[in-house]
Amino acid sequence: MSRFSTDNELVAKEIISRYPLPKSALIPLLHLTQEQNGWVTDDAMLHIAELTGTTPAEVRGTGTFYEMFKFHPVGRYVINICSNLACQLLGAEDLLEHAERKLGVKVGGTTADGLFTLEDVECVAACTEAPALQVNYRYRLRVSVDDFDQLIDDIRSGSASDIPEHGTLSLVRQRIPADRGAGIVAPDDAREIPVWMARNEVAEQS
Amino acid sequence: MPTHAYVPHAPGYVDNDGPKIVTRRFPFEDSYTLQRFEATGGYDGLRSALGRTPAEVHSEVRDATLLGRGGAGFPAGIKWGFLPPGKYPYYLVVNGDESEPGTYKDRLLMERDPHQVIEGSLITCYALGLSQCFLYVRGEMALAQERIAQALNDAYAAGYVGRNILGSDFSVDITMSWGAGAYIVGEETALIESLEGNRGRPRLKPPFFPAAIGLYGQPTIVNNIETMANVPWLMTNSAEQYKTYGSESSPGTRMFAVSGHVRRPGVYEVEQGITTFRDLLYGDNFCQGIREGHELKMFVPGGGSAPWFFPEHLDLPLEARPVGAAGSMLGSGAIMVMDETTDAVKAALRLVRFYARESCGKCTPCREGTTWEERILQRIFDGEGRPSDIDLLLDVADNISPGPYPVASHPDEDLEAVPFPPRQTTICPLGPSSVAPITSTIRRFRHEYEAKITKRDSIPVSAGSVEVEL
Ligand SMILES: Cc1cc2nc3c(=O)[nH]c(=O)nc-3n(C[C@H](O)[C@H](O)[C@H](O)COP(=O)(O)O)c2cc1C
Ligand code: SF4
Ligand code: FES
Repeated sequence: MSRFSTDNELVAKEIISRYPLPKSALIPLLHLTQEQNGWVTDDAMLHIAELTGTTPAEVRGTGTFYEMFKFHPVGRYVINICSNLACQLLGAEDLLEHAERKLGVKVGGTTADGLFTLEDVECVAACTEAPALQVNYRYRLRVSVDDFDQLIDDIRSGSASDIPEHGTLSLVRQRIPADRGAGIVAPDDAREIPVWMARNEVAEQS
Repeated sequence: MPTHAYVPHAPGYVDNDGPKIVTRRFPFEDSYTLQRFEATGGYDGLRSALGRTPAEVHSEVRDATLLGRGGAGFPAGIKWGFLPPGKYPYYLVVNGDESEPGTYKDRLLMERDPHQVIEGSLITCYALGLSQCFLYVRGEMALAQERIAQALNDAYAAGYVGRNILGSDFSVDITMSWGAGAYIVGEETALIESLEGNRGRPRLKPPFFPAAIGLYGQPTIVNNIETMANVPWLMTNSAEQYKTYGSESSPGTRMFAVSGHVRRPGVYEVEQGITTFRDLLYGDNFCQGIREGHELKMFVPGGGSAPWFFPEHLDLPLEARPVGAAGSMLGSGAIMVMDETTDAVKAALRLVRFYARESCGKCTPCREGTTWEERILQRIFDGEGRPSDIDLLLDVADNISPGPYPVASHPDEDLEAVPFPPRQTTICPLGPSSVAPITSTIRRFRHEYEAKITKRDSIPVSAGSVEVEL
């Protein structure tokens, strides 16, 4: 199981419709399946292949390149602590060690209750706010050891309300209203010059 | 409005009182809404552009010498001129993959002023006859994706994007796309591969740059988020006015993220060219110096891929040419500052580890080389290194980037700078970037390496006529 739900299949088709070629939708669709199930299952990849006219091997081939896709179950909250240079300079290592102790897992591990997975990640573009971390891609900045404990307690008690479960990224989906779209342009159509360019070329020549 | 201060809803951004082009709406808490955008001159640049010919819009940007903000600093107006005439359709890809170590600015621009990025992209499509735009946001940036998606939905509804924009015959769709965690996808040809639904591995260039053969094989302009964010201002103002800021070869302002051991780390919009590293690191309006009781040891001037600078380079201006001649680059506007408590070997190891982790594996010198660099550095750091390891490290580095590698001068030892850029045996600059922390630190702090080396080299022993290494 874990093909797209009926609703998500519609979302998937809408995403595909915004690209000139369906294969371009692979990454957004892998995210969509992760949003639905928390990770990427074999059945999900089969379904994505069907929808995009690719093979399951192509879907896996693309998906496994990218770190955010998980091909095995992970915790409902994935905690990514940045250990790159700017964060290392301001205590990322201590934070990471503390996190391992607090959660009782090593980097890469998931707690027995399936709630938390801990990762040691590269720069998350918050370097001036070091040390920085993300929980399911929501930021926590200038995180002290005490802040970390508080965060874990908040998640356990359900009071970290800005953090959705693993897999959900943007809470807003792009929608192009049917009467507003300019129309996607595939590489082999519309070979002729766009109208506003043509008009200006004519104007320049006369 | 507060000046000289952090802006709570834009974490890290410091509102200083210099001229502002791209961050001017940040002090408003609702800067990301269409309402605030329209109330502060938003989409006026688009209107102004639509009142001119595409060629005129292009010239305005060319005359401004708008330098690309993604890393290479290539002038946008010139890049735009490389599209082969008549080979439609052309595409625009806006690069919001920001993941260079130390870099934090594109995320702020996407989160705090998404309409500005959209407006710049629309003007670019109008000027060059681009048929569709793809705005690629880094996968880990959920809020940026949310803000861009909402802004696009609002802009479509209001008639700024899509069919017959503002009642004109200009029509273009903007598709938001998003990545999934891979630094290399920030490289423009890897980004195109990723947009095509493939593993994000760079394409060999030259001969074909994306402007000639890009997305789906069609001519494609790739520009950085901050580059796009400058374009609307150029339309409501002018190239002339733009050039009143900054210096002749680096006009305008630029966002810099300063992190590490300074009193007030932050993201600052500053005039390029005329501001120096010293102004930025020590100025009252800016970082206010090194943290209490400490002194500057070294700094990375342009993102993890840039060779390092030292206290005697502080008076260099934030300008591409002198920084390049001094052996480094401004890169992605990311300065990481380290004081005397920093272990040079450890800092170098952390950056090298990043390149080893992020190598896409397509070419051997980078895939194998970065891995070996990390292993050798790690064993030196762990006290397991041998005296020959320093040369071995340089030898591995030389396989990735042959010949003298760009490095800052070392006046105490009478060593000159080797100017930027490095040479490469690889497909893209990621592999060569891994060498920057190594050569920078070995030239300056060889003694720190040597102090960590405790093992001896194995001695070749002769066993009959065969040489055996023990
Ligand atoms: C390894 C590597 C990573 C890069 N990462 C980024 C990035 O995250 N964002 C970006 O805009 N440019 C990045 N670049 C530069 C792009 O290839 C490209 O030059 C840039 O997006 C062009 O935009 P600009 O001319 O407006 O600067 C990277 C380059 C390399 C070699
Ligand atoms: S240099 Fe490294 S990242 Fe770039 S193409 Fe080669 S293996 Fe990939
Ligand atoms: S180094 Fe940690 S966020 Fe950039």
